[in-house]
Amino acid sequence: MKRRTGTTLIGLTLLVTGVLSSARAAPQQGGSITVSYKDDVTTLDPAVGYDYQNWPMEKMVFDALLDYVPGGTTLTPRLAAKMPEVSKDGKTYTFTLRTGVKFHNGRTMTASDVKYSLERVLDPKTKSPGQSFYTGIAGAQAFVDGKAKAVSGITVLAPDKVRITLDAPNAAFLNIMAMNFAFIVPKEAVAKAGADFGHQPVGTGPFTLKSWVSGQQLEFARNPNYFIKGMPHLDGVTVKVGLDPSVAYLSLQRGEIDLLGDGIPPAQFLQVTRDPKLKANVFSKTSVNTTYLTLNTGIKPLNDVRVRQAINMAINKTKILRIINGRGELAKSVLPPLMPGYDKAEAGYVYDPAKAKALLAAAGMKSGFETTLYTTSTDPNPRIAQSIQQDLAQIGVKVQLKSLAQSSVIDAAGTPKTAAMVWSGGLAWTQDYPDPSDFYWPILSCKSAVQGGWNWPFVCDKALDARADKADRMVAPAQQTARLKEYASIFAAMNKQAVWVPVFHEVRYTMKSDRLVGSVDDLLDPTHFINYERLSVK
Amino acid sequence: MLTFSASRVLQSLGVLLIASLMTFSLIFLLPADPARLVAGPSASVQTVGSIRRELGLDRPFAAQYALYLGHLLQGDLGRSYKQQTGVRELIASRVWATFQLMLGAIFLELLLGLPLGIWAALRRGRWPDRLVMGFAFLGASAPQFWLGLSLVYLLAYGLNLFPLGGYGGLSHLFLPALTLGLGGAGWYARVIRSSLLDVLSRDYVRTARAKGLSGSRVVVRHALRNAVSPIVSMIGLDIGVFMGGVVVVESVFGWPGLGRLVWDAIRVVDIPVIVGVVIFSALIITLANLLADLVQLLIDPRIRYS
Repeated sequence: MKRRTGTTLIGLTLLVTGVLSSARAAPQQGGSITVSYKDDVTTLDPAVGYDYQNWPMEKMVFDALLDYVPGGTTLTPRLAAKMPEVSKDGKTYTFTLRTGVKFHNGRTMTASDVKYSLERVLDPKTKSPGQSFYTGIAGAQAFVDGKAKAVSGITVLAPDKVRITLDAPNAAFLNIMAMNFAFIVPKEAVAKAGADFGHQPVGTGPFTLKSWVSGQQLEFARNPNYFIKGMPHLDGVTVKVGLDPSVAYLSLQRGEIDLLGDGIPPAQFLQVTRDPKLKANVFSKTSVNTTYLTLNTGIKPLNDVRVRQAINMAINKTKILRIINGRGELAKSVLPPLMPGYDKAEAGYVYDPAKAKALLAAAGMKSGFETTLYTTSTDPNPRIAQSIQQDLAQIGVKVQLKSLAQSSVIDAAGTPKTAAMVWSGGLAWTQDYPDPSDFYWPILSCKSAVQGGWNWPFVCDKALDARADKADRMVAPAQQTARLKEYASIFAAMNKQAVWVPVFHEVRYTMKSDRLVGSVDDLLDPTHFINYERLSVK
Repeated sequence: MLTFSASRVLQSLGVLLIASLMTFSLIFLLPADPARLVAGPSASVQTVGSIRRELGLDRPFAAQYALYLGHLLQGDLGRSYKQQTGVRELIASRVWATFQLMLGAIFLELLLGLPLGIWAALRRGRWPDRLVMGFAFLGASAPQFWLGLSLVYLLAYGLNLFPLGGYGGLSHLFLPALTLGLGGAGWYARVIRSSLLDVLSRDYVRTARAKGLSGSRVVVRHALRNAVSPIVSMIGLDIGVFMGGVVVVESVFGWPGLGRLVWDAIRVVDIPVIVGVVIFSALIITLANLLADLVQLLIDPRIRYS
């Protein structure tokens, strides 16, 4: 008995040691992988390309001054040698760059490239979607308006030092400096390629673009001179485009694909997640996004907060989660769980049709009312809209559905007094960077409640705007806990106004081949989506 | 024939002008803001406005169209809003793949449709006739996305006979071409059956038989030659039909042609790409029809164009 126990203990020790050593084993260098996507890649110009598909590919070719710890929200230096020095008034940031970092064309990166890259994003001729993120830099608006030839707030102090001055303190500025728009590009390569820079990208990143056959595939090769030793692990990455997700899934089964860029197709989802063998290669993570229903405060009777609260209580979110095969986490508030400032204690509106009816009656709408709900026409959104229609019918609200193309829904939703309710499926709000201000200013502030904006409830609470503005000026590290608490309170106040029905936070699922090695943080990174430089093969 | 060709080419120019005007007008009337779609959700209203100005979308319709036509006359189809690449270059990079797909589809629909139609005509009212007509019905009514995915699952994944998708040689081409051409094969079978039945009842066929010619010789040398005439016109029309079909088939099989290019452009209202592909398609359809008319002229001396 004693001997058996001893043997068991030795066995267990060996097992634990083996597991630990394999977990700690350095990733294997070399090899290549193939990733599939349905849509073509439009551009790899970091100033221009801004979607979940080209975002991680741009990160293969370029670097920003700052980056995040994989899977997290903690900022870390990348092209910067250290975190920047911040002035006491929180308006000036001095970055010291790593020395000796070379672009793929062999030229050494300097502080002038930082200035050029930021000015390029601000230049209207670039047509960058990211322009407005950087207009808070002193002199940026004058540059955008053509009144200045350079941005006065960006000063090159030395080849390895650049100072950026803001008009006002902004606690999210360093997050903005870690975005793809702030990737550093060499001026001469942009000038050489002209408008085609997006197809001939040159950066400092861990991979170089080896070839791009339009509509077919992109091939990336390891940058042997990458400034982070041991990175990347792979020799190459091939991105195949144009593959229908169902076909891509079959290709993965056959070993022709290593990673499903578009995730597991809905038709195969249950089969994959129920099969123990297949399940081993499935990864999932809650995205930093919220899918919601907007209630337009400019349209009667939705201008009455009691009516909006009644709608919040009448919608059965669990039923909606079933429609999407459980690929979501029930939302109680605007902020998603992974966003700093998320309040776990926020209960949200609990499903209670009886209470919803009572609230409607109190608002003078005992017999209900008629309204319209806009939704995109791609599955499963019309089915979800029908579910909402049924739920609201139970409290006497008759909903007319308008199922349209995505572009038409965006147009109607952004036009005042047009769309009473909008189901945001397919257009969920996803973080640009991990800071709660990104879930406030673009979608719930007064300045976004305009024609063509994304504030679809057209809510404008100047007092909340003032509080958010004050919170954004809290730059000192010691103020961050208080700042996040303030944002939690702002979103709690917004929740009481019930201009949204936050329904779910999408849980992203992806599937990889047996040979591909990568953690969930590398395969489903909330900011970069895929960290290619950290992937390896067995 | 030269006068006829010249007048058809001139007509084609008119068709192209109308196609460009109609496409431009339809896109202009769409309740969608291309600048917002280029900018994405995170861009501020000011950034969207800046992009709108840069793309010239803030100008009146007439000014935008006149500018486009001016560039078009110089052979410039503009630049993609989303990709920022020249539309002419984008079309050039995709046209060969679509041409291959169409050629493969035409080949397969002739290969399947003609023998089946002849077989059905020669066995009129019997089981081969009913079988072929059933095939024609199914081929014409099966949705291409379903047909494509079914073929992939059965022949590529299940039996491992073909690649699962993508672009390459004949093995890559077979399934997308079959998906595109199967509906047409059904139509061809029906048309050749009707046409052949009509011809087989003519006096000259009866005479040929009376002369003692064998059944196959009567069909091949006398009847088929006259029955095949409508097929040539149908091939010309097929190009137009295929321009619609390639959008679905190319998406299912990951075939890098014009169909996928325009589908991606439609989703983001990339006006220069949409108008460019429409004009190019209109040109190809017009030329294909002209070519079909000319070929018919050569194979059937009874036809006279003026």
